[in-house]
Amino acid sequence: MPINLEIPRKYSQLVEQAHMAATHVFRANSRKYDLAEHTYPKELDMLAAMLDGMEQGGGLDGAGATGGVATGAAKKNGSKPEADPNAVRNGANLASVLGVTEMCWGDVGLLLTMPRQGLGQAAIAAVATPEQLARFGGRWAAMAITEPEAGSDSASIRATAAYDADTNEYILNGEKIFVTSGDRCELIVVWASLDRQAGRGAIKSFVVERDNPGLHLDRLEHKLGIRASDTANFRLEDCRVPAENLLGSAEIQTAKEGFSGVMKTFDNTRPLVAGMAIGVGRAALEATHELLKEAGVKVDYNIPPHAQVGAAAEFLALEADWEAARLLTLKAAWMADNKKPNTVEASISKAKAGRACTDICLRCVALAGTVGYSENDLLEKWARDVKILDIFEGTQQIQQLVIARQLLGKSSSELR
Amino acid sequence: MPPQSPTLAERGMSAGLKAINSIASSELVDKAGLRKPLEQLLFSGSKQSLKAAGGAARVFKATSQLGKPERQSRAKAGDLFDLTPTDEQQMLVESVKDFSLDKIRKAAHDADHDAATPPALLATANELGLAMIGVPEALGGVVESRSAVTAALMAEALAEGDMGIALAAMAPAGVSTALSLWGTADQQSTYLPEFVGDKPPVAAVVVAEPHGVFNPFELKTTARKTASGYTLNGVKSLVPRAAECELLVIAAQTENGPALFVVEGGTPGLSIEAEPAMGLRAAATGRLTMKTVKVPESALLSADAKVYRELIALGRIGWAALAVGTSQAVLDYVKVYVNDRVAFGEPISNRQSVAFKVADIAIELDGIRLVTYRAAALADAGKDFIKQAALARSLTTKYGMQIGSDGVQLLGGHGYTKEHPVERWYRDLRAAGLMEGALVL
Repeated sequence: MPINLEIPRKYSQLVEQAHMAATHVFRANSRKYDLAEHTYPKELDMLAAMLDGMEQGGGLDGAGATGGVATGAAKKNGSKPEADPNAVRNGANLASVLGVTEMCWGDVGLLLTMPRQGLGQAAIAAVATPEQLARFGGRWAAMAITEPEAGSDSASIRATAAYDADTNEYILNGEKIFVTSGDRCELIVVWASLDRQAGRGAIKSFVVERDNPGLHLDRLEHKLGIRASDTANFRLEDCRVPAENLLGSAEIQTAKEGFSGVMKTFDNTRPLVAGMAIGVGRAALEATHELLKEAGVKVDYNIPPHAQVGAAAEFLALEADWEAARLLTLKAAWMADNKKPNTVEASISKAKAGRACTDICLRCVALAGTVGYSENDLLEKWARDVKILDIFEGTQQIQQLVIARQLLGKSSSELR
Repeated sequence: MPPQSPTLAERGMSAGLKAINSIASSELVDKAGLRKPLEQLLFSGSKQSLKAAGGAARVFKATSQLGKPERQSRAKAGDLFDLTPTDEQQMLVESVKDFSLDKIRKAAHDADHDAATPPALLATANELGLAMIGVPEALGGVVESRSAVTAALMAEALAEGDMGIALAAMAPAGVSTALSLWGTADQQSTYLPEFVGDKPPVAAVVVAEPHGVFNPFELKTTARKTASGYTLNGVKSLVPRAAECELLVIAAQTENGPALFVVEGGTPGLSIEAEPAMGLRAAATGRLTMKTVKVPESALLSADAKVYRELIALGRIGWAALAVGTSQAVLDYVKVYVNDRVAFGEPISNRQSVAFKVADIAIELDGIRLVTYRAAALADAGKDFIKQAALARSLTTKYGMQIGSDGVQLLGGHGYTKEHPVERWYRDLRAAGLMEGALVL
């Protein structure tokens, strides 16, 4: 079959359903929870229940809203017998990107706080044993990696996990910040080190129940955007978890292989975050296009931009950037679906989508003037929301590091 | 294939150059105060000799008459998102790429300097069938169905060697593709057999005009309807291999908007002068002037507005594909350079400011590539590809230029000299964002 960059027909139902939810639940409540930061968006409960049902019924081809869904889909897809193992596949990763994009066209903050859809599920599914999957699967799991002194350099985290042989428990101590949905979730996947001298190989993830008495909520952040999504800071004080809650192997890997396994989940999650940016970017472009039309500005795709009015030329350039970001993201997901190593492409998609869509939203605000800047409309909100997508799951600069190290054959000690 | 012997026109030019050189170095000329008037004379003399060289006398005539115009079947589109080229495309790209990275890259420096591509190189390009990638099987073509994706992949592979040479080699394909897609039965049977022969004609699709803020939908070149056909007047810019052109597809404004005309090289009223530019020099670009050029009614290729829009869009996709190839050359070159180059005691690639520029080249390059492929794939599937072509053009204009500039920047002062190819890529990449026509996929 020839090269084809169109969205397969089999996903049209998924995209349509996601669009309905994005319109009627997310968009409808967008401003409400932007203003009421830290208020739980109860409207999501019903939608989440519906999504759970669809997933169980297989109605969505597993291609729901977030990274959490991607993992469920991966399992389902994997169990499908494929006639030809070399045949091209469009699977869970592509479907998830499409779903996420559509939902974030509605509201990225609300997507991030969808019950039971947190990124923690992706981490659990990536390394959990069948027994752990049975206990934790399907529950709302948040991710706790970042610390006040360890942001992008997640290898240098200071939280510790000490094994208590008497009780067969791990005792966690440390401080965790920027935990998305940390207050609302049921479980938190906490990264901590078994031995701070042993480096990255000693970093493990532990599942902590939200009501664990050793887990203290310090505060919820007040943020630039994605205000519907709570961001919690925690202290872990002699927080005891059963030994069976350590995800994956308890062995301290000597090399960095254990850690690189953890980093591998980024190959799947970064295109998803790119997909989020593409959703917000599209929302801004659509709204701006309407405003241009009202103002009598027509974007012409035949006449060279330099022979059109400035607003039309600028809009066309923004659309081009958006399209590049979108196709790069689909490519990264397509590679993941087809088991092609995609570390570089995943980072490329995130780097391009993060910066391009931030740029797009900010420029759309300017094109729209005070309409863009006012709280009467959503453009200013999208311009605030989108910025996080160039930061979390690896900042722009981290993506550039990943890409450059791979292209130039550099180690992390050479290119720091 | 052995190198071709120089044409009569080439011999004439080279003899002329020898004479010029001996006059120019003569001190007597200065003593007699003759330098200025002589230069003026030689200037118009060389214009004259180019005019003579243009429109070499090939006689086009139909070998067998087609009843109706041949139209190619469309490539079957798959429903899955897939970036894997077909086996045929992979094979073609591999053979072209070998040729490109080996022969073309090596010839690029001199071809740029000489403002001409060696004929032997173009002969090899013809052997690869580049002039007929858009010609249907019914008229002797080899490809199952015409594919803009295939053509884009070829343009990309060639431009990885050199954009100017790629343009020189592929410009004729633009004409054969245009004839295949939109030509009348008469035009197809007259011209297409030549393109599948041993020595396909030098040909080009001519759109660009030398005006600021040029818009191909408001041409200053006019085609006036007469009793027996059309009369063309106007000036066209940066025509590849203009001096040798035997067949032209010329865009001109009619009462009802732009239309396309098939014009043979020797037509009276056509004149050509060399128009070397910032880059693309290997394509021996020239300026074409039309003064009361009379063509018959049958020369009209299409006056359909949709056809013209598609031709312009296919041209922009072609230039985007060229930019992708040359940008890839930049990326591969700077990767090696920044790793080898040592400053302050370590490779400069250990610095983020350097390494991040390399990363940015990779990011934007692949962005242009995918948008270009999608535009071409939409064209192949018979869907509307105008907007996608505009997006590919937009990215080419912005990031193609940026990549060219970063390529030079990463090599510093060395990049500014002709010791390295990045200064040539800088010049060529600027063209890809502004050219119209000349290369139509």
